[in-house]
Amino acid sequence: MANDPSYTKQKLKVIGSRVKRPDGVDKVTGRAKYGADHNAPGQLVALFLRSPHAHARIVKISTARAEKLPGVKAIITSDDLPDLTNGDAGARDMLENCMARGRALYDGHAVAAVAAVDEQTAKKALKLIKVTYEILPHVTDVDEALKPDAPVIHDYLYTTGVDPKPTKPSNLYNVAEFGHGDVEKGFAQADVVIEKSYKTEQVHQGYIEPHACVASVNSDGTGELWVTTQGHFTYRSVCATLLGMDIAKLKVTSSEIGGGFGGKTHVWIEPVALALSRKANRPVKAVMSREEVFRASGPASSTSIDVKIGAKKNGTITAGFAALRYQGGPFPGAIPGMPWAAIGAMTSFACYNLANVKTLGYDVVVNRPKVAAYRAPSAPMIAFAVESTIDMVAKELGIEPLDLRIKNAAREGTRACYGPVYGPIGIGATLKAVKNHPHMRAKLKKNQGRGMACGFWFNFGGQTCADLNIATDGSVTLTVGTIDVGGSRASLSLIAAEELGIPYEQVKAHIGDTGSLGHNDTTEGSRGTFSSGMAIVFAARQAIDILRERAAIMWDIPVESVVWKAGHAKAEGKKYSKLKRLSLADIAAEAPNTGGPIAGHNESVPDNAGVSFASHICDVEVDPETGGTRVVRYTVIQDAGKAIHPTYVEGQMQGGAAQGIGWALNEEYIYGDDGRLQNPGFLDYRIPVCSDLPFIDTQILEIPNPNHPYGVRGVGETSIVPPLAAIGNAISNAVGVRMDHTPMSPPRILKALEQLDAS
Amino acid sequence: MPLSAGYLVPMINVNFTSSFRPALGGADALEIEATTLRELMRILVAKYPRMQGHIDDGIVLAINGEIYRDNWDVEIPAGAEVFLMPRIQGG
Amino acid sequence: MAAVLVSTTINGDSVEFACPPEESLLDALRDRLGLTGVKEGCGTGDCGACSITLDGRLVCSCLVLGAEADGREIATIEGMAENGTLHPLQENFIEHAALQCGICTPGFLMAAKVLLERNSNPTETEIRYALAGNLCRCTGYDKIVRAVQATAKEMRQLDKKKSRRKKS
Repeated sequence: MANDPSYTKQKLKVIGSRVKRPDGVDKVTGRAKYGADHNAPGQLVALFLRSPHAHARIVKISTARAEKLPGVKAIITSDDLPDLTNGDAGARDMLENCMARGRALYDGHAVAAVAAVDEQTAKKALKLIKVTYEILPHVTDVDEALKPDAPVIHDYLYTTGVDPKPTKPSNLYNVAEFGHGDVEKGFAQADVVIEKSYKTEQVHQGYIEPHACVASVNSDGTGELWVTTQGHFTYRSVCATLLGMDIAKLKVTSSEIGGGFGGKTHVWIEPVALALSRKANRPVKAVMSREEVFRASGPASSTSIDVKIGAKKNGTITAGFAALRYQGGPFPGAIPGMPWAAIGAMTSFACYNLANVKTLGYDVVVNRPKVAAYRAPSAPMIAFAVESTIDMVAKELGIEPLDLRIKNAAREGTRACYGPVYGPIGIGATLKAVKNHPHMRAKLKKNQGRGMACGFWFNFGGQTCADLNIATDGSVTLTVGTIDVGGSRASLSLIAAEELGIPYEQVKAHIGDTGSLGHNDTTEGSRGTFSSGMAIVFAARQAIDILRERAAIMWDIPVESVVWKAGHAKAEGKKYSKLKRLSLADIAAEAPNTGGPIAGHNESVPDNAGVSFASHICDVEVDPETGGTRVVRYTVIQDAGKAIHPTYVEGQMQGGAAQGIGWALNEEYIYGDDGRLQNPGFLDYRIPVCSDLPFIDTQILEIPNPNHPYGVRGVGETSIVPPLAAIGNAISNAVGVRMDHTPMSPPRILKALEQLDAS
Repeated sequence: MPLSAGYLVPMINVNFTSSFRPALGGADALEIEATTLRELMRILVAKYPRMQGHIDDGIVLAINGEIYRDNWDVEIPAGAEVFLMPRIQGG
Repeated sequence: MAAVLVSTTINGDSVEFACPPEESLLDALRDRLGLTGVKEGCGTGDCGACSITLDGRLVCSCLVLGAEADGREIATIEGMAENGTLHPLQENFIEHAALQCGICTPGFLMAAKVLLERNSNPTETEIRYALAGNLCRCTGYDKIVRAVQATAKEMRQLDKKKSRRKKS
């Protein structure tokens, strides 16, 4: 039963307790080392020259003068980066995104990079590089890009997912369809049909720590990379591939990460930093400025969505339709697999039990930075559209929006809009919890309104390795490969402590570099605690088997008579009743004489992290004179599985909600007619500050995941999905305007109020 | 596929996401003899070579609503509701 | 232009360094003195991750020149704990999980410390506005505010005990 992952209903000793995280002291004293906090002897400073044009052919790059500047040690353009991707389109796009090849595809696209002895010299060198551009027509809006007269960005891009294959290239690179039943029939059966279109502007993950790395390539072809990342193994494979290095010869060490949220699952400056180091034969430090982060890392998609929902008078939704147009920047899709609109199309009606549903995802290229994942990628935008429309249907029918959702909520046996039939799921429980929550009965003041919305996201497992080593004093070292984005080292230590039956303080977890473990997938898809937790359970069980064997040797009895209980080996049976139990420390102390170091190890691909549902309640106050909107009360209710460390689960729920609130009310990429990003800084790209938000209440519904020994489910992403619509619905209830464009910033709300007055 | 005497590999009904239909000759559900995802993939590619492209791009299996993204050796119980769809990434 | 020689006090220690005249205090602290507790989140004074105090006043070190530190007193996060004993704010940030990734934490601790030095009993609103110059993307600020509230309460109680002892 060593690898049995099924849920064990046991009395837990340490799991669920709110312990102090092991990296806490380092982080409150400034000792913790992030990407830019590391320095290598003799290191050079790298700076990037970036295109000031949204779309331009690079006619010529002259680096001669820059190369002659004293202190400049290497300059890289695409000429120094041969295409070694061997037909892998995703890798090739990544290479081109790191450094323009013949064409600049967005404002901020890197066209050259310099490594020099200091920042001043590098800055001077950038000024000496002469780039001749031939400006090409550009397009930055997703709907504009689909118009017949739009400039076609790639003449080799023919839409996939349509039959027959198109004869002309276009900016539409994929069409995906999901659903079941017959929506036309469903709409015909409906008493009420609401159709509406929505737009969501582009947002950035907004991690406070910019991308940073120190790259060092040696003359023998081996290399080292210190980097802030959500997946150091993924970065290793990608960098090695792009640079033509053997994967095992590149050692990647992850720093502490200052926020990622999906934006640090891809490489941005790292391959070029390595290339500069290789050319200069010295370590190279590359750090993005905040402006570069906005212009040239991976924001979320901007979108244009049509939704149509039909329902009977009794509240049964008879059909749901959505057409989603998402832009992915200048390159097709996510890394192999699903493009962004397709993912959105899958999640669109996931909360509902529909007999007839059809969703179409249209994925589009534009001259904007390459889109990367942002916490439940693609889901918040379509949830805004669907959940707003659901409220409109409820209003038309004269039914409470919450009750309409309860009536049509997905449950076990529902065919999900993305295909499979659901097993037991938690949407019903979260809606019931909303109904019973005191927030729903709190009094509202003038110009205040209350809204609610649901959200859904997948959670994933993925390749995971873990090592559990027992020192001779009985203390335990955990080496894991999943990056700790929010405190998972504490949770993983709790899991090891629970399995071994020892105090939490006896365990120390740390993230191993790529030389210490086999491949670990990136920390995304809410998989960190779930996957590494599972691997640690199995590693601990393996260690326990070895501990029993060692105890048997120490006692000179058969191992079958040894059990592990409460952190001790016990001899079972009347024959051995005189034998005193041995603690972990007792056995570990004898390890050198009983067979050597005691360890457990696990490589696995845990799956079945379960799907996650959430329902949010939001009260806003709208100032009708300025359009300014404030969130006055917010509650997050999420089906989160077993909370290993409840405080950190609450933290994930609150953090995701805050990001969703910023997305809903204020954040957007503003592009000029020249195709340039106008607000690449935290002043004008306004994320929520402390005074914008109230306390965020959380309710964790611990519905255990039957496929994990402790019932753990993925938890980190879902809470960003409901806020956009929760706020849209609250604004509608506060001042009577239905917002269809995020962010719902003061000018937009004022305009909507004026239109309402006029009509 | 190897069959020993008295050992019958169950037929499972596999449903597919719409984007796979062109590669499957328009079908959105097929009856296939397989006990694991790996076997299922082998049979599909042998019969419908265009499925290889989708497999290379990444494929996800849902068994009775539970999603398996990476474990190709998971056993598919007889009578399970099986759905194949493209691979998704989180953030 | 030649480098400027700067004589300053950092966390109580006398320090001398030379830097180009246009170099920010943030870069001087991080790159010349190895004090990497201050972080560059934006370089334009919008995020507060580089917060320090200059003669007791909370400033963004990215908006101060290294040269301006001459003859003045600087306090950074590295000086907040005394002889290995964490400041109550630091203890409570850990206790209340007021950090997830932790990159903004040094800046918040500096700002919160200055707040509590000026106002030992701040309301929730006063705390939120005092910290409005520090951006956090992970926590939604909820647990940060609670940690500051808990610290304020704790420190008031400690002060009461101290003044009672003095009287007796």
